[in-house]
Order: sequence, then structure tokens, then C-alpha cells
Amino acid sequence: MKPAPFKYVAASSLEHALLLKAEHGDEARFLAGGQSLIPTMNFRLARPSVLIDINGLTDLAGIDRSEAAEIRVGALTRYCDLERNYDFLKSCPLFGDALPHIAHPQIRNRGTIGGNLSHADPASELPALAVAMEARMRIKSSAGERESLASEFFQGLLTTDIGSDEMLVEIAYPTSKPRSGACFREVARRRGDFALAGVAAVVTLDQQQRCTAVRLALCGVGETPVDASEAAASLIGTDCSDEAIDAVAVEVQGAIEPCGNVHATADYQRHIAGVLAKRTLTTALQRASHGV
Amino acid sequence: MSTRYFGAPVQRNEDHRLLTGQALFVDDIELPGMLHVAFLRSQVAHARIKGIDVSGALKCEGVVAAYIADDLGAYWQPGPLLVPPPPIAGITFNLRTQVPLAKDRIRHVGEPLAIVVAESRYLAEDALDEISVDLDILPVVVDIESALDPSSVHVHDDLGTNISAHVRQSKGDYRAAASRAHRILKRRFHYEHGISSPIETRGVVAQWDARANQMTIWDTTQAPVFVRNGLAGMLGLGEHQVRVIAPFVGGGFGPKMMMFYPEEVALPWIAMQLNRPVKWIEDRLEHFFATSHERGQIHDAEIAVDHDGRILGIKDVFLHDTGAYDPYGLTVPINSQCTLLGPYLVPSYDSTFTAVFTNLPIVTPYRGAGRQHGVFVMERLLDLAAHELEIDPAEIRRRNLIPPNAFPYKNEIIYQDFQPLEYDSGNYEPVLDMALEAIGYAAFTGGEQAKLRAAGHCVGIGIACYVEGTGIGPYEGAKVQVLANGKVSVATGIGTQGQGHFTSFAQIAADQLGVDVRDVDVVTGDTERFYWGAGTFSSRGAVVAGNAVNEASKVVRQKALKLASDAFECSEDDLIVADGKVSIIGIPEKFVRLGELAQRANPMRGAVKPGTEPGLESTQYFGPPGGATANGVHAIIVEIDPETFDLKILKYVVVHDCGTVINPMILAGQIHGGVAQGIGNAFYEKLSFDDQGQLLNASLADYLLPTALEVPRMELAHTTTPSPLNPLGIKGAGEAGAIPVGPLFAQAIEDALQLKQKKVELLEIPLSPSRLFELSKGAVR
Amino acid sequence: MASDRHDIALSVNGTAYRRSIDSRMLLSDFLRHELLLAGTHVGCEHGVCGACTILLDGVAIRSCLMLAVQANGYELSTIEGLATKSGALNPIQQAMHERHGLQCGYCTPGILMTMTAFLKEHPSPSEDEVREALSGNICRCTGYQNIVDAMLAAAEALRAAAP
Repeated sequence: MKPAPFKYVAASSLEHALLLKAEHGDEARFLAGGQSLIPTMNFRLARPSVLIDINGLTDLAGIDRSEAAEIRVGALTRYCDLERNYDFLKSCPLFGDALPHIAHPQIRNRGTIGGNLSHADPASELPALAVAMEARMRIKSSAGERESLASEFFQGLLTTDIGSDEMLVEIAYPTSKPRSGACFREVARRRGDFALAGVAAVVTLDQQQRCTAVRLALCGVGETPVDASEAAASLIGTDCSDEAIDAVAVEVQGAIEPCGNVHATADYQRHIAGVLAKRTLTTALQRASHGV
Repeated sequence: MSTRYFGAPVQRNEDHRLLTGQALFVDDIELPGMLHVAFLRSQVAHARIKGIDVSGALKCEGVVAAYIADDLGAYWQPGPLLVPPPPIAGITFNLRTQVPLAKDRIRHVGEPLAIVVAESRYLAEDALDEISVDLDILPVVVDIESALDPSSVHVHDDLGTNISAHVRQSKGDYRAAASRAHRILKRRFHYEHGISSPIETRGVVAQWDARANQMTIWDTTQAPVFVRNGLAGMLGLGEHQVRVIAPFVGGGFGPKMMMFYPEEVALPWIAMQLNRPVKWIEDRLEHFFATSHERGQIHDAEIAVDHDGRILGIKDVFLHDTGAYDPYGLTVPINSQCTLLGPYLVPSYDSTFTAVFTNLPIVTPYRGAGRQHGVFVMERLLDLAAHELEIDPAEIRRRNLIPPNAFPYKNEIIYQDFQPLEYDSGNYEPVLDMALEAIGYAAFTGGEQAKLRAAGHCVGIGIACYVEGTGIGPYEGAKVQVLANGKVSVATGIGTQGQGHFTSFAQIAADQLGVDVRDVDVVTGDTERFYWGAGTFSSRGAVVAGNAVNEASKVVRQKALKLASDAFECSEDDLIVADGKVSIIGIPEKFVRLGELAQRANPMRGAVKPGTEPGLESTQYFGPPGGATANGVHAIIVEIDPETFDLKILKYVVVHDCGTVINPMILAGQIHGGVAQGIGNAFYEKLSFDDQGQLLNASLADYLLPTALEVPRMELAHTTTPSPLNPLGIKGAGEAGAIPVGPLFAQAIEDALQLKQKKVELLEIPLSPSRLFELSKGAVR
Repeated sequence: MASDRHDIALSVNGTAYRRSIDSRMLLSDFLRHELLLAGTHVGCEHGVCGACTILLDGVAIRSCLMLAVQANGYELSTIEGLATKSGALNPIQQAMHERHGLQCGYCTPGILMTMTAFLKEHPSPSEDEVREALSGNICRCTGYQNIVDAMLAAAEALRAAAP
């Protein structure tokens, strides 16, 4: 299982990387963590002619908190650096729940958030988090820069709206509103395996403990992350009783079209999506109430 | 002999090299001028080959040669039958074996079509892309029931059927038993075992020295002697011209015992063609197709019981998926057929199986070797009877156990070693008692479970019993030699894949010869060091080769005593062998070192007496008359999440009896590893083939091997009922851990989810959370 | 499609190496067949089994998922660098030996490197934490129990030896 031949370039700067990508288009791939790309190349499912190694572009890694309203995460930031950044996890608690589910430490030591989101595996956790948190993707090319909302960014199976001459460089996560609680849970066969279904829930309360906003996104049950916030809309204005949450869980089950895979039937995926919706909303609600 | 080491948890001699990265595995071999081989493999399961054109490959950079079947000329032939069918009356057996490269027909995905030899594996794989293959795709048969339809496509055209074998064995009179039964319970069972998936895949390096007329082959095989003999014959060489070395092997588990795999046959031939050493290392993707599997059986089985739950008889008709070829004969289904009887009194038994060809990779033994399938059927039948008759599952087993005074116990039907199935010794009830005690059965079923349930925990308990026929013949041999420096060399023909032979065999020799176990150097798996043998399979290494080592060591000990008694002019009875010396009892100053004796045994002057030989060495063989029957009981407590159906093992107990134990630490490791594979088999590992014979989960990301989070801590205990069939009293233990885990899970999960009360029965393995969800849909509230 | 060659300089177990290699050579193959440090093993080449795990600047990574050219300028640690100069086993290796934490030994190099990094960062792990840390290394022989015991014992030995 050796990769097909390619030319390798270690990009000396972001501009250099983008110029090369513009030159080679879809024949070139960016090499970041390589934890998704190299396996597909070893299986010869991916055969880029040019690999542009961007690991030297350290400016693309790191967490920028200079803006109060959002946290900006450089695309080249490795999972392990997110895991170790307590301030970040406190500000984006969904990551604290989700990161331990991504593969294993050896993978998390190299894999990057930008690589994960660009790869857009439908069972991957971070795309669902991006949708739940209404993240904004900053995308650059030699020609300039633009933004894509998480809701538009994930377009299909392993497909994002990143153009063939573009690179995802940064993801901006709005800081959580006061009196918000978040929770991510997934069901997988073994720890670190791709989710058979995963749910990210964010619940925001007012001072009377009534729900003012809810975000719900799922991974593993569609070709892209599924925004199921509409299905939870009935919670808004209520105190989110158990019965109300149960009803939302049923709505969520009706809102998704899982396809099943070698590990799970579609019905099972639909079933656990409901179970997880209930569990994550319940925990998110508790965390919101306790100011966690 | 003194037993300073035998029975002790001696730390392993082989560890240092393995822990420092110095142990030689096949891919570590680098030879000057070595070339690398890649195989083009079929992407479809069934096709007629119209043509294969390798000219494109030959033009690729670094490619030295490319071959298709015709290029092999007279060397191309179907592989030999490895294990003939046992001598059972009325048997049908249709032999069809694998070929080095597919010629007219492709019969499973992954079957080799062409070979590329290049300067590197990278370049060889590039060249594979340039080979063009012209095929007529044919319809595929993968389902073993529809394969028997008269209208089905045939895997082997010339046969006119997909039947590989048909075997019926019986004892007693089932029909009579059934007519007297208080109850008969009949069900259909599906049992699938998976692939061995050792962390080291297969590999072969072949080096032909044309001037010395010598072929050296490094091979991850579990059977170096048989492979040497067969390849020598195929290559037109004498056995002494071929040396097969199984170096350190990263896990065998059975499929590395399959011989004359296409790659194994091709590599030496290529080495002779090109006069350069060649290497092929199976990559993980190839392993899913190129190395043998175990797969599924469907059993329609019924049990006839009296009102106390005692077995009057069992009838079983089953189908066995043998894959596209059947070179390994009937070992797997015969094991299923025989091992179903378990540790129980079964007065009447009527068992019929049909082995079926399918367009899937071949099936040959993998740890358990078909025993799992039989044990699942028996244990589930007993559970069904227990539920029906409202008898506790442990109690119904107790009532049926063969009593200790009934040994040797004759089960009459023919076993895989061609002998009538006979259990040499056993004492089963204490093993059951110990397991029940260790798992806390009484307390759990008597109140703890109810308390936990009331607190919302879906917990369940399971218990399963089994026997394992081990230590079969034909024989093994060992050469033990004291060297001039006083160290001892032991060589035997079997190979080692992690079982600790370098230590357990050293323990045996060290005790006989009174030396430090670390001063015994064991060589296994090198045909130049030991000529004769069968291989490492069927839990026989310790039993058969261990006894051979013992026999040879005893002879060397006697020789040493004789030499010393001559030197001291005293009686042998006055001597003691210890600490590397032979000394006079009571006069420790009067001693001679073993190494000195070895030198004296090879005199520079004088003569060796008639009837004796030079040197302090002996080669002895041991061939047991039949297999030694080990037994055991596993017990488990599980908790199931009633919403997600995910499973957590709360407690796992193994009590087993493999006779006399050489090294309890190594034994425990074997049990742990077997149970881990059993857990994989029961709940995680499943080969997902589609109806076109394509494997949908051909990667370790989707073929789920258990990790340290899925395998729990296990509590082990053992009893010792020695085997009367060998002087050391040993029974085999290598496969024990893997055998009863399937029915154990089924029983415990049924209990945890109270499925029987909901009219849901678990009659299949593997299970999974999704499968439990689907089966529970049929629950009756 | 063409490839290209690159000059790299790196250090493995304290020894400096300079080589010219093809861009697509995997780091696992580079270590084993270029540098002849065959102690690092290859089990799957898709990052799952963990046998190829080494340390890159002290951090555990899959060498089958890195190109050799990417290792330019780094300090690598492999199993060959664990024992002392006199050949004595280090506490982790010694604990594995004493607790029978290896059978065929093929997955062992990856486990040793994974746990070397883990125990450095987590000197007093619980059994659960050890099992989690091991979950990215697949062993087919041992059932993990003895490896877990070895790592708990190694942690204790390392703590005792710490200044």
C-alpha cells in the first residue's frame, strides 16, 4: 500500500502555497496533518501529482482571542493543541466533549482542524460542531479572501465549497452567549471510531431559565453535517421539560435520512440520533442552568 | 528431574531481542540485489479470463519482470491437498485447490492474476496499474444456501455442484432418543468467525544461490518443514537443497499454517528465474483477501431432553462455507461437528454437514478452527432447554457433565486427527463450580442482579462450557545438545509465533539437565536446524514438541550420567545433575561440568564405543496416539445500555484445565489473547461481503479488532487433570480462550435485556449494538 | 506522473543522518529500509494498528502516515533508542518483560513508544487512563491485561527513580 508518485514542495509561505495550488488546481493537494490524506494516498484512492506541505506555515496555527465576539482558530492548529488549551475548551466546551472521540492521541498529535473540516467526512465530529456553533470559515486564494458560513461550507460527501485554488485558513467560532450550555455525544463502535451518529447541542437560557435559543447539529447521519436546530425550535420560550425534550428527539429522528453502513442499519442510526438528541439537550440544559 | 523451572512463571528468554527491536521478522531481511514483488489481484469475485497483458508493466521504471500463469510453464499447478478427509464412511469430498496465478478463471476477489518484480515495492505497485485484464464477468455465488440450488452458478464448472464435501457421523440412535424425549427444541443458528488479522501480515523472501545450488526461503509460515518438503518437490530440488526459515513471526493463529499459498509458491520460482533474491510482504489490504479466513456456518439443530434437562440426543444438519477452494480438507467443519458434543453426555448424536464452495477467499483453521461454531450450537441449545424447562442455565450444564469416572470417554465419531473422538481425561464439575464461585453466580442471580436492575442497570450473566481437542499427532521431534561451553542447544521443527517456545522448551530441558533456563538456546522453525516435523497448529506445540524436548533431554541426561559415572568410576545412582555440573552426591567438590563432558564425548584420540555416538546430544520424537482433551468454563457479567445497546463487560472469568502446566505466565497470556479474539468474534469483528463477493470493510478502520478499551481484565484459575497420553501430562491451551465467547455473550445479553421473556432469541454471532436493536424490534412486551 | 528526490537531515535516537530520498517514501519505510532501523514495525499503513508509532520531537505519531521528507530537521525516537548504552532494558521495557506484556512482539515497538510519551506526561495514571492511552495500539496476542499491568508497574518504577 504505497502511494503513487508525486512531486513534493514544502511551501515557504502562504502566498507560495496558494500560488502553487492555483497553478496545479485539483492535481495538487495541501499536506497538513496528513492523517486523512496519507491513508487515502496509501490506498491509492487519492493520487495527487503535487503535494504542497503547509506544515511550515506556523502563522496558520494558533488561537486568536483578540476579538471579544469570536474565537479564531488557525486551520493548521493541531487537535492536541486544542485539547491542551484550557481557555479554548472553556470558551468552546463542545470541543472538550468532542476531541477525545477523534481517533487516538497519535493521530491527534498531527491532525489539524483545517484538514478535518476540509476533508468533510460526514461521520466526523468537528463539521457538526462548526454547524452547531455557526462558525465562519475564512478561505484564501492568490486572488483574495472570502468567508463561508458553516451552513454553506459543507456541500456533500467529502465536498466543501473550497475552490480548487483555495485554502481554508481560519475558522471563527462566535463566543458562547451567557447562560448557555453545550454538549456533544456520539455513539461509535470503539472509542475513536467514526460516529454512527453524533449530536452537538447548545442551549441558551434567559434569567428565568427559559430557553431563548437552541442549536442542534448531527454527524454521521447524512452526507454532510445536519443542522437539526429547527427540530428543536419547540423548546424556545419553554423551560425544556423532559417531555418537551423527548418530543424534540422524535422530531430529530424524523428530520434525518441516514443511509446505514457496515456497522449500523439506517434505523439504528435514526434511533440513536434520537437518544443522543435527548441526552445532549438534557446535559446542555443542565450546564446552562449551572453556568457551566 | 528436578522441577526448578517446570511449572514456574519463568520470564521469557526471547523478550530482550523483541523489546529492543533486534528480533528478525521477515520484512527485516535485506539482501544484496533484492527485488520486490507485487501481485495484481482480481477486483471481481467470479470471471472468465480472456487475457492478461503485462507489456505495459514491463515498460515501467524499475520493473525487472512480470509474469502471468502461462509464464510459469510446468511449474503452474494446483496446490496439494494438505489434510485428507478423515476415514468416515459415505463421505463425499471434492478436492479443488488454489493455483499460483489464475489462468482461465477467477474465483474470488483478491485472487492473484499477475506478478510484477521491481526495484522497490513502490515501483512494483506503480506497474500493476499498467497491466490490462480482459474478463468476462460471471454471476457470483456467496450465499451457502442458494449455492446448493440446482440453478446456482458453480464455482467449479467441471464439478456440476458447489458441494465441497458431505459428511455424516452419528452415534447411538437419535430417532429413538427423540421419540422418548420430554421436549425437543429445534432452532436455526448462524455462526460466523472472522479473520486472524495478526499485526504482522504474511511475507516471503526467497534467495536462490545458483552456484551452491541452494534455495533459502524466509517465510512467516507455521509449518516450515512441510513447506520445505512441498516446495523442494515443486522446484525439482532435493529437500537438502531447500532451507525454510520461519524467523520471528508476528502472530500466526492458524492461517499462517495454510501452505502453498500462491505467493509462497511463486517467490522461490521467481528467485530461480531471475537469480536475484526476491521479497513479497503482504500489505494489510491484501491480507483481507490473500490470507485464509474462517467464516460462517448455518446449523439446523435440535436437542432432545428429558424432564430433568438431561440430553437424550442431538441432531444437527449444517452448511459450512469453505470458500473458493478446499485445500485444507475438512478440518474446520469436522472440528465443529466433534466439538459440539462438549463436556456433556450425549448418548445419541446425528450430525451431517455440507461444505459449500463460494466465490469468497478460502477458509482454513483460525484459532478455534471450527470449534466455536459447534460450541455455540450446543451451549445455545442447552440455554433454550433451560428456559423451556425452567432450569437454571448453570444447573442444566451440571446435570449433563461427563462424570470424572467415565474417562477415557469414548465419543465414537471420527475427529480431525483421524482417530475416534476420545477424551483422555477430565474432571469437569469442579471447573464449573470454580467459575460459578469466581463470577459470584449465586449472589448475582440471588439478589444483586435484581437490585441493579431496580437501579436502572441492564445487567446479565452468562456461563459457557467447552472442551478442546488438542495436542494431536502426527509427531514432533527435538534435538538437544550440550555444547562445549556448557550451554544447551534445543532445536525443533515447529515454528513460533509468540507462544514462548524459546522459554517453555528451555524450561523442560533446563530441568532435565540441571542448567539455568537462560543457558538454553532454543531454535524453532529452521529446517536446516531440524529436519522433521509437522507444525504449530491445533494447540499442539507444548504437548507434542514439548514432550519431544523432554524425551531428548532425558537421553542427554542419561548420557551425561554415564560419562560422569565412567569418569568417577562410581554408580550413576551416586550422581546428581544440577547447576550445570554432574557431581557426586554428598561430595560437591567432586564434579565435572556438563560442557567438559560434552568435550570428552567428542574425543581427539581413542574410539567411540560401539553402540554409542559422539557428543552429548540426542534427537527424539514424540507422537501421541490421540489428542488430549482440555476443557474450561467461561463466565461473564455484562451491562447493556438499553437505549444504544452498547455493551460493557463488568466481569470476566476463565477457569480451565490443560493438564500439567509448563509456564503459568505464558499460559495465562494465551488465555488472555484467546479471549480477546473471542470478544472480537462475538461483538466487533464481522466480514461484510456484499452479494457480489466484494468485501465492504477491507481496512482496520472498519474491520474492528478489539482494543484495550474493549477487552476487560480477566480473572483466571485452573485445575490440573493430567493427560495420560504423554509423559509430561500436558494438554494444549492455545485456542481455549477463543472458543466459548460467542454463546457466552449471547446468554449474558439475553439475560441483561431480558430478551427471552420478550420472545427474542439470540441465535447468531457476531452481534453488535445495531443488530441487537434490530432483533429487539421483534420484542413482545 | 513523476516524483522528485529531496535531501533530508534528521536525527534518530541521537544519531544524525543525511539522506537523499524519494518524495513518496513513507517515514516507516525510511527508518526500516534506508536507515536499517527495523525495530519499528509496519502493520497496516493506514494509521490504525499503531505498530509504527515513533516519537517525533518527543511526540507520539504514526510513522506510516508521515513522509520521510517531512521528518527533515526533527529528532526521532524509536525502540532502538530505549535501552541504556550497556544494553540494559529501561524501566518500561523491564516492566513489559517482568509482566509478560509481549508475546509475538510485533506490536510492541509501537506500544513502547506510545507509552514512553504517555508516562512522561502522566506519571501517575489510573488503569482506565492507561487503557485509554493504549487504545490506539492494537495487539492481537496478549489481550492487553499484562501490558496494562506492565505500564502501571513502569509508572511506579519511573516515579521511584525520579529525582
